[in-house]
Amino acid sequence: MTNPPEPIVELGGIAKHFGGVQALRGVDFSLFPGEVHALVGENGAGKSTLVKILAGIYRPDAGVVKVGGEVVELRSPTQAQALGIAVVQQEPMLFPDLDVAENVFMGRHPRDRFGRVDWKRMYREVDQLLASLDVSLSSHTPVQGLSVAEQQLVEIAKALSLRARVLVLDEPTAALSPHEVEELFDIVKQLCERGVAVLFVSHRLEEVFKIADRLTVLRDGTHIITAPVSEMHTEEIIKHMVGRELSNLFPKGEAEIGEVVLEVRHLTRPGVFADVSFQLHRGEILGFAGLVGAGRTEVARVLFGIDRAESGEIWLKGKKVRIRSPQQAMDYGIAYVPEDRHQHGLVMNFSIAANVTLAILQQVSRLGLLDPRREQKIAGEYSSQLRIRSAGVEQLVNALSGGNQQKVVLSKWLATNPATLILDEPTRGIDVGAKAEVHRIISDLAARGLAIILISSELPEVLAMADRVIVLHEGRVTGTFARSEATQERVMFAATGQDR
Amino acid sequence: MTTTSQEVERTKQRGQVSQARLFRLVNRVRELGLLIVLLLIILIVGIQAPRFLSIDNFEQILLSVAILAIVAVGETLVVLTRNVDLSVGSMVGITAFVTAYFFKQLPNINLLLGILLGCALGLVLGMINGLIVSLGRVPAIVATLGTLYVYRGLVFIIAANTTSQVNASDVPAGYLALATTQIFGIPALILIAAVIAVIVGYFLHASHTGRQLYAVGSNPEAANMIGIRRDWLVFAAFAASGLLCGLAGVLWGARFATVDATAATGLELQVIAAVVVGGVNIFGGSGTILGVLLGAIVLGTLQNGLNILNISQFWLQAMYGAAIIVAVVLDAFITRWLQRTILSRRKKV
Amino acid sequence: MKKVKSLLISWEALLAILLLISIVIGSVVSPYFLSGFNFNALTSNIMEIAIMALPMTLIIIAGEIDLSVASVLGLASVVLGLLWENGHSMWLAIGVALLVGLVAGCLNGLLVTKLALPSLVITIGTLALYRGLAYVVLGDQAVSDFPTSFTNLGFGSIPGTEIPWSGLIFAILVVIFVVVLHFSRLGRQLYAMGNNKEAARFSGINVGRVKLMLFMLSGVIAALAGVIFTARFSSARPDNALGFELYVVTVVLLGGVNIFGGRGSLLGVVLAIFIVAILQNVLSLVNISGDIQSLAIGLLLILSVLGPNIAQRIQVIITRRRLAAGSSKQV
Repeated sequence: MTNPPEPIVELGGIAKHFGGVQALRGVDFSLFPGEVHALVGENGAGKSTLVKILAGIYRPDAGVVKVGGEVVELRSPTQAQALGIAVVQQEPMLFPDLDVAENVFMGRHPRDRFGRVDWKRMYREVDQLLASLDVSLSSHTPVQGLSVAEQQLVEIAKALSLRARVLVLDEPTAALSPHEVEELFDIVKQLCERGVAVLFVSHRLEEVFKIADRLTVLRDGTHIITAPVSEMHTEEIIKHMVGRELSNLFPKGEAEIGEVVLEVRHLTRPGVFADVSFQLHRGEILGFAGLVGAGRTEVARVLFGIDRAESGEIWLKGKKVRIRSPQQAMDYGIAYVPEDRHQHGLVMNFSIAANVTLAILQQVSRLGLLDPRREQKIAGEYSSQLRIRSAGVEQLVNALSGGNQQKVVLSKWLATNPATLILDEPTRGIDVGAKAEVHRIISDLAARGLAIILISSELPEVLAMADRVIVLHEGRVTGTFARSEATQERVMFAATGQDR
Repeated sequence: MTTTSQEVERTKQRGQVSQARLFRLVNRVRELGLLIVLLLIILIVGIQAPRFLSIDNFEQILLSVAILAIVAVGETLVVLTRNVDLSVGSMVGITAFVTAYFFKQLPNINLLLGILLGCALGLVLGMINGLIVSLGRVPAIVATLGTLYVYRGLVFIIAANTTSQVNASDVPAGYLALATTQIFGIPALILIAAVIAVIVGYFLHASHTGRQLYAVGSNPEAANMIGIRRDWLVFAAFAASGLLCGLAGVLWGARFATVDATAATGLELQVIAAVVVGGVNIFGGSGTILGVLLGAIVLGTLQNGLNILNISQFWLQAMYGAAIIVAVVLDAFITRWLQRTILSRRKKV
Repeated sequence: MKKVKSLLISWEALLAILLLISIVIGSVVSPYFLSGFNFNALTSNIMEIAIMALPMTLIIIAGEIDLSVASVLGLASVVLGLLWENGHSMWLAIGVALLVGLVAGCLNGLLVTKLALPSLVITIGTLALYRGLAYVVLGDQAVSDFPTSFTNLGFGSIPGTEIPWSGLIFAILVVIFVVVLHFSRLGRQLYAMGNNKEAARFSGINVGRVKLMLFMLSGVIAALAGVIFTARFSSARPDNALGFELYVVTVVLLGGVNIFGGRGSLLGVVLAIFIVAILQNVLSLVNISGDIQSLAIGLLLILSVLGPNIAQRIQVIITRRRLAAGSSKQV
């Protein structure tokens, strides 16, 4: 080792604000070629702002950006790309009507000597690229039918074809199975060997420990610490992220577990899930663990009447029922808090009150006409009960923070007075503080006698909150554990389909 | 060890190649389907009325859709970007009238000048559309609905202040000849339409900008991210649509000889029918010129067939409507079936 | 909701001002403008469009569109004429015409909801299909031999006033629609669907059924408009109300309803209806032809969206400049 390596990207004193909110304050940061650098922090810590500045989407209010040792002004995504910075966003931005090859090369199609698009060369080069990543996709594949993991691979192939020197991965593993995560990490290691610097933004500390060389913690827009991963422990990192000792991340109270409220027998939806059976008791929190795509949300959708099972039975309080629509499910006392609160949970242009009452319109109306006072009263009650921070129940929900939005969704479903509550990833995308509050609420509900199904991809959450855990793998139940038996390893084994 | 990993490699490659073939076939399904429909119509009508099958008649069909095809090509460019141009009928009407009137007032003028005038007028009108949509951020439906009225109103104002109608006897023979001359035995109109279709189709397939149009319609945000100049492309698409409408208007005047302020009223319906039947997704991002041509020809053949079978003219509109509905329904079924089969196939692989 | 409401109110305030201005212009331009006779003419002229604009507002707010309304009007008109010509009672003829509208709307609704097809394209197709069927039914004929008791409906007024009967029908419908859209459960569901179809569905709202009903309602109302139209012109022809659908959509958009759904109010639409009616009337009074009147309408439509957009852009630029000036002061 003669000279210490030069950083490929250097950020000095970067500041950025939006409206009245200071997203980044004087952040210093550097990235070296060939390293995997993890960026961790709670939601709202400034990670995505930093990523977007690197991507050329935002311009910093202050500070210096250096790429390859030279001061640059990243004015646009195209410019960032030209400088060798490739960003794979959380939601891949691809063109669904076009094929993989065009997605990789859009805007930079290889040309033949007449200036025409050289299709043959394009397909050939992309096939080679994909082969070098050990991916069995064809460059002719229409992007529309690809899974999220495959779409990410297309984005990475795009980065490679751009001869990126820096690859930024923003929460890349959120929707991947462990196998796919392994494949991704292999590719990342390959890239590092080629000298590419990888910035890995993630919530998942286990993965950070697996793949990263150094890590940086951001909190409230400030740079807290940068250190080699080998020198840090999980509790330390969390402490830096949160800024305080979080003794009880998962407050779980005791609840009396009563009779069977819901029973599912041999529920099958061909191609999606098969032979799913379980029982749910009053006051119980039943955890649904498994990987993304294991079929948990699909089972929930059938229970809520959005999709229909081909065979199998659903029994509610000892009676066999057919659930054909969400309205019917609600009549049976089932409520479903969906995974994606933006797409399925809330009407962003509606007020808190309008959202809270959306599922109980009949109760807040007389003779078909709405009673605004009753609406406000109900919304106000839930608002205080769940401690929703807002400027009043008439405020539009798109002005609320993620955590408060989730509470509005919860309120909406609690207002239907359900006996069975299905929560699908209820704490996704909300910060640690709000998470703890939501967990407290869930515990309270169980104590009050609700039967709760908790679908979650965050193992610590499931293990801490659930009385029993059911694990699904590729549509089948591969494990059932009581609270005392459930460990991370056992659940992971079942989730990945390995036999014990 | 090597043999098994080699086998795995070979299976992977075979998988890739067969996948590739499958996907290329999928892209051609719409056009094949249209060809089959066309052949069916020809067969069914031809059996009942043999004179339907004459070269003369086919020429008639192509002549009848030539002008429509030119406009449809322009409309396709707009629809690909996830917009729509409802003002095409008015643009054709106004350029037809203005060009015809121009030739009436200046009968000795160079033919080319008149043609350029019509095209230029269409270009300007299209650019106005483009500005309203891209710069003014007015949704295309609203914008072109408005200009449909405005441009049509303009024709009426012009007609009120000049002449209510331009007749065949008013214009120089050279102008009318545009619609009747033949080159190598093929009517010039058909050739012009064919050349335009080939040029635009080629442009869409072989040029960067053409491919970017697809990107803009498929995912406007992603297109923005990679630096595609979305606003400029949308503006250009509308301008091109206007230009082609201008050309179509010039040819319209030549073909129909008697032009008044109502020329080409309602053309937008036929154009959208051709585009939709031709397999262009109304939400942008996919579709081919070949498909649109076939769509226009299928509709024209159907119309001609109904004529020959002496089925009353009054079924014509109903036929257009039914064709659009059937095309969209079929398209949806085919797309869903394809997606299901492709998905299940890939799962097996 | 309140914030959205207050924004809308400002658009409606603008429309109200525009309405006043147009009344003033009208009275200045022509001595006949403020006469009762003129009021009658002005109103009856726009009533069919006005009536069809009501369900159209609901449909657009719910996130769809129905371009077939004028064709349904024409079809209903010729069915009415045909039945009357063949000796059936007027009531039967009207009843069947309304039924035809219901069925036509039902077909639209089924294609859009059961097959999940885009309503823009489908209703362009049914626009042609229904108009075509109208031609099939009557060819290039017209039925014009209607009893005065019938034609009074479109032509006559409430005795003692200059308010046309159709105006009364419109007024009743407005009240019903306003109550439904702005005060009822169904109205809230419509706004929810137009803003976020999936969230509405997940909240237990039967989106498909509601939309189907909306299309059927649109069909029946269009048929009703057809009955009125036929009475007014005392003529049932296949080309009745040709091209009216664009006028209906224009009036709704002018009223402040967002073409993409989820936003808008009936107050704005009603104001827009009368603004357009007065505009057309005034232009007629100064002998400007109908086609040129369309030009004014088209211009108004474009400006109604362009105007606010430009105003917003200017506001952003001003705010940016202010912020920049402010921050430089701090440094």
